[in-house]
Amino acid sequence: MRINPDKCVACGNCTYVCPMGAIYIDPAIKRATVDRNECVECYACFNGLSQEHLNPTLVRTLRKMFQLVRLRFDPEPDVCPTAAFDPEDLQWPRVVRRAFSDPRVPHESTGVQGRGTEEVKTNDVTGRVRKGEVGFTIEFGRPGVGVWFHEIQKMTWALAKTGVAFEKKNPITSLMTDVATGTLREDILGEKILSAIVEIKVPAERTEEIIRLVRDVERQVDTVIALGVGARCDENGDENVVAPILERLGYRLERAKTNAGLGRITNPEEEKRDPVGMSR
Amino acid sequence: MTNTLHRYGDAASFYDDYVVFAIPSRGKNDKGSVPKLKKFLEMAVPFKPVNLGDAIHGGALRPSRHMNPTAHWKRDMTPDFRAVIDGVDTPTTVAAVFDNRVAAEDFLKTVKQADLGLCINVSTSIDGAEQCCHAAGIPRHSVGYSLGFEGKTEKLPNSQILMLTTMCGHGMISTSLAKKMVDWVKEGRRTPDQAVTYMARFCSCGVYNPSRAKRILEDARTKIK
Repeated sequence: MRINPDKCVACGNCTYVCPMGAIYIDPAIKRATVDRNECVECYACFNGLSQEHLNPTLVRTLRKMFQLVRLRFDPEPDVCPTAAFDPEDLQWPRVVRRAFSDPRVPHESTGVQGRGTEEVKTNDVTGRVRKGEVGFTIEFGRPGVGVWFHEIQKMTWALAKTGVAFEKKNPITSLMTDVATGTLREDILGEKILSAIVEIKVPAERTEEIIRLVRDVERQVDTVIALGVGARCDENGDENVVAPILERLGYRLERAKTNAGLGRITNPEEEKRDPVGMSR
Repeated sequence: MTNTLHRYGDAASFYDDYVVFAIPSRGKNDKGSVPKLKKFLEMAVPFKPVNLGDAIHGGALRPSRHMNPTAHWKRDMTPDFRAVIDGVDTPTTVAAVFDNRVAAEDFLKTVKQADLGLCINVSTSIDGAEQCCHAAGIPRHSVGYSLGFEGKTEKLPNSQILMLTTMCGHGMISTSLAKKMVDWVKEGRRTPDQAVTYMARFCSCGVYNPSRAKRILEDARTKIK
C-alpha cells in the first residue's frame, strides 16, 4: 500500500487504523507514510476508511488556518478526506502478505480462500476430524502483532519432527517445499503477514504431547499464538475426550465454535459418490 | 478462518455475544447455496440481530467510497441488513450476531426447521452454545475450543482493548483505533454508539458485535482494566 503525497493532508486518521501501526506522519515531508517493512498489505486502511474526495490544497490551507488560531481540526476518525491511498500491483513474494492479511481476497498464492481451512466448521459434511481424533489450529500473529514466515517455520519444523500430518488444504502447507520436514519456501521467509494458521490432525491420545511441544516452541517465536482444538462429539452431543485433557493441562475452556450438525452433502456429484454423506 | 473463535473474555462475558453462522463446504454443499445463504439471513431478521454479514462484502455497517462532507454532521449509523442480504452473490460464510441467548436459540430452531443443508455453527461460550443446541433439540456434532492467547502475550494490550479488537477475528480493528475510541468516549468527544460504529465499519465480514462493544466502552469509560 502506498499513500499519494500529492493527496495526503496529514490528518493522521490512518495512523490509528493500521493494525500493524505501520503508518506514521513523516515530519520531513509532512505526509502520512507507510513503513513498507512493517506493512502486511491487509488493506484495512483502504477498505475500512470511508473516502471523501476533497481538494487537498483547500484542506491543507484550512488546516493551517485552524492551527494558527489553535482550533482543533476534528474530522470523523474513520475517513480519509482526500482518498489518498494507492493500492499497488503486488508482485511475488510480497503478494503473499496480502493473501494472508486481507480477508477479502482469495489466496492468489495458494488457490485456497482464507488463512486457514474449514476446520470443524464443516465437519458434519467433510468428516475431517473423526471420533478419537483432534484437529489443531495454531494461529500466529493475531491480534495486532503480525508474524514473519521464518518464525512460523520454527513451529512447522518442530511439528514435522513428531511425524504429524499437516492439513493439505491449508495455505501454509501449500507453501512448504517439503511437507515431511515442514520447510517453507525460502523466498517468503522474509515476508511479514497479519496472521497465519498451521493445521494438523492427530489421534486424541497425542493431545497433551502436541500442546507441550507448542508451548516449548512458543518461547522461541516472537509473536502471539492462539491455539484452537477441534473434536467430534458423541451421539448425544457430548465431548468427553478432549475437554478433560485440556482442563488437566490447566486450560479454562471459555469459548468454542460449535458445529450443530445440520449440514448435508447436496452437491449432485458428491451425493452419487457418498449418498449417505459423511456425517454418519 | 477462526474469525469468531478467539474472542477475548471469560465465559460470563459472552452472555450478550452469540454468533450463528452458515457455511457451505467447497465440493460438498456449496452448489446452489446462494439462495440458501440469503434465506438464512432473511430468517435472522425477525429475531433482531445486532449485526449480519457475509465474509466477502462485509457487515451491516460499511464504509463509504464516496462520502459527502455534510455526512460529518448527519452520518447514518443505522445497520443496513437489506444491503447484506441482497449483496450475497457467491458461496461464502454468512453470519447473524445476537446479543441474547433467547434470540439465538429461537433462530437456531427456525434454521433447523428450514433444513437448508448448510453447515451451521454457533460461536459463543461453550455452555451458551450447548444450551442453544439443547433448546433446538440438536445434539452437537463437533466443537472447536479456543485455548486463548499464548506466546509473547506482553505484546498485547489491556483486556478491554483486547475484547474490542478480537471481535473482528480477521484483525482489521487496530489496537490504536480501539484505544482512541475508549479515550474519545472518556473525554465525551463521541458517544459509545458512535465509537462502536466507527470500529464496526472495519470488520470485513460482519461478525462484530456492536451491542457487546458498546457495553465494553461504557465499562471502560469509568474503569480501565
